[in-house]
Amino acid sequence: MSERVLMKGNEALAEAAISAGCRHFFGYPITPQTEVAAYMAKRMPKVGGTYLQAESEVSAINMVLGASSAGARVMTSSSSPGISLKSEGISYLAGSDLPALIINVQRAGPGLGGIQPSQADYWQATRSTGHGDFHILVLAPSTVQEMVDLVADAFDLGDKYRMPVMILSDGMLGQMMEPVSLPEKAVESLPEKPWATNGHKNQRKHNVINSLYINPPELETLLHERYKKYDHINKTEQRAEEYLTDDADLIIVAYGASSRVSRSAIDMARAEGIKVGMIRPITLWPYPVDYIEKNVNHVNSFLCVEMSMGQMVDDVRLAVNGRKPVSFFGRTGGIIPTPIEVLNEIKKIAGGI
Amino acid sequence: MATLFSKPHAMADVPLHYCPGCTHGIVHRLIAEAIDDLGIEGRTIGIAPVGCSVFAYDYFNCDMVEAAHGRAPAVATGIKRVDPDHVVFTYQGDGDLAAIGTAETVHAATRGENITVIFINNAIYGMTGGQMAPTSLPGQVTQTTPYGRDVKTAGYPIRVCEMLSTLDGVALAQRVTVDCVKNVRTAKKAIKKAFEYQIEGLGYSIVEVVSSCPTNWGLSPKDALEWLRQNMLPYYPLGVYKDVKEGESRE
Amino acid sequence: MSKSANILLAGFGGQGILFAGKVIAYAGLMDGMEVSWLPSYGPEMRGGTANCSVCLSSTPIGSPQVVTPDVLVAMNLPSLDKFVDAVVPGGIILVDSSLIDKKVERTDVKTIYIPATKIAEDSGFKGMANMIMVGKLFSEIKFCSEESLDKGILKSVPPKKEKLIDSNRGAVKVGIES
Repeated sequence: MSERVLMKGNEALAEAAISAGCRHFFGYPITPQTEVAAYMAKRMPKVGGTYLQAESEVSAINMVLGASSAGARVMTSSSSPGISLKSEGISYLAGSDLPALIINVQRAGPGLGGIQPSQADYWQATRSTGHGDFHILVLAPSTVQEMVDLVADAFDLGDKYRMPVMILSDGMLGQMMEPVSLPEKAVESLPEKPWATNGHKNQRKHNVINSLYINPPELETLLHERYKKYDHINKTEQRAEEYLTDDADLIIVAYGASSRVSRSAIDMARAEGIKVGMIRPITLWPYPVDYIEKNVNHVNSFLCVEMSMGQMVDDVRLAVNGRKPVSFFGRTGGIIPTPIEVLNEIKKIAGGI
Repeated sequence: MATLFSKPHAMADVPLHYCPGCTHGIVHRLIAEAIDDLGIEGRTIGIAPVGCSVFAYDYFNCDMVEAAHGRAPAVATGIKRVDPDHVVFTYQGDGDLAAIGTAETVHAATRGENITVIFINNAIYGMTGGQMAPTSLPGQVTQTTPYGRDVKTAGYPIRVCEMLSTLDGVALAQRVTVDCVKNVRTAKKAIKKAFEYQIEGLGYSIVEVVSSCPTNWGLSPKDALEWLRQNMLPYYPLGVYKDVKEGESRE
Repeated sequence: MSKSANILLAGFGGQGILFAGKVIAYAGLMDGMEVSWLPSYGPEMRGGTANCSVCLSSTPIGSPQVVTPDVLVAMNLPSLDKFVDAVVPGGIILVDSSLIDKKVERTDVKTIYIPATKIAEDSGFKGMANMIMVGKLFSEIKFCSEESLDKGILKSVPPKKEKLIDSNRGAVKVGIES
């Protein structure tokens, strides 16, 4: 492990992407993700890469689509309103079976909303970041170190499954500094992409990257094939961290920034003898239903904590499927809940148990 | 027997879906001939648009990418930035290039993005069935300007070559048409030159081809070309609007 | 042995609030602690108020947002007014008394008045009241070893501003001794 340095989440993530072999970044400034772009603008020229500030988010994601078509490891980053603009391109990436890394450093919405941290883009990220039948992989870091660690995984998963991957971060994780160990060794070789449109060099038939299938049965068949892939991912790629779940009567489900707050609250509750634990989803799609399943029988209830009006709680309820009560606590609009608020919520529920 | 005429190698051996009298087929062929002449098929990547030429990815033997409506210049930028030795062209209609994709077009041009743009201007949306295009002429009747394009409410047509020629990143901006043999020859030269400029790294090159749409104009192929000569060419004069090698000049 | 602490630093944009927080966090890291640094961000950075949360802990840090600080470093009146009641009973408030006239009325906290801005000017470190405060805070709660504090300064000053290392060190020293 390399020496631990103090870095902002946004910058650590950008450096990790370069270590992971990403040499193409297309973006547009927006708070609170701008450090990613600024860092890339500084670093990319030094490593022979491309940093391009596009005229719009729409354009940036389509540049990503072009670079991915040509076989490059490519990324873009934005914050909530910008992701809405990118959703067209993300749908096309998914429809064209192209890998790409998309970072969302979430801020509050809807509309221009606010610039403070939020988790109100959960539905957007996990349900459909654009039109049509498709999924993207969604990873949710909760520390600056995890921002770094998940970047390489995100690129690899994207290449493996030929699909877009989103890292769903937020203004808190992006802006905060924490000690982090950066990868000691940069990725040296990237997977072959025989499907890429990088010039056939008179050695193969022409490749076509396309999402248009004008014949409905052909498109339906293709979607069924793609959903087989999604099924496989659902079975094999779920990730979550369990914290003190073994003896827990109450399990909090929280990801990203709100999982950190919840963790503080859990420590306080445990100090008072309340048996509470946490499932912290790391993959938001695929949703780690297996972790809920594993714990559903021994707990009395679940509490979902989010920085939204309640979005991920839908997935918790789907996984619990009525077997145990699922309650929700959230702050929204750019407000980070405090550990005391979550502790009070825990006590309310524990008192009722 | 000597072969006098054959398909260019860069053109796929499949039937085109275009309407009778449509000029897309001619322009496709000119692009394929230019690719053959320059021997660049193996490193060329084409971007198909949304519009009538949406299936262009099936018509060329080089690698092809299908872009979202208007986004071809952005997609082309991504491909080109991965490897500057790629020869990248976009094939775009007037709605794609000058309405929904205006931002992408203007910014690719002003960045001097080293790509070649073949722009089909037929003053109408063909695939969706004949709606007003950004280049529809004043007074032109379309499905969405049933009383003729009223510039007071629908604005004026955009003259793309003139507009783009003001940008420093543009290496070549030329307007041609393919209504007769002489003009087809000029168009061929312009398209080839546009590719050559890209290979030389001179910047953004665009060839605007004033085209006909007999189906949506409601004219026979022959009458459509006559309408093009009578109405389109006065509004969209042919010529070179920018050429970094020769300075600005008109044919 | 280092001490765990939740520190909130607050003042005007331009006073080096975020930098002071970074020095403390880096010093903690050099001391082997878990640390976090969370800034306020957005338009308020540009001339308005700025604040930053620094957590130092021997265990992994949950929420990095300091809502109830053990230590408040207040470098202007709006910041003191805003956060004075949030400080935990038994906590410490450091007040730059050259910029804040007001006295803290709470009796359940320890308030230290230090004319940091004036001291900085008088001692030849104009504009480094933030580092005077860091020094004073260090002398009060010894949040890390002296060696770690020095490393924290070295790590926090960007390479381009290397020539500011010595003045930062000097200001911290003055703060410790004041």
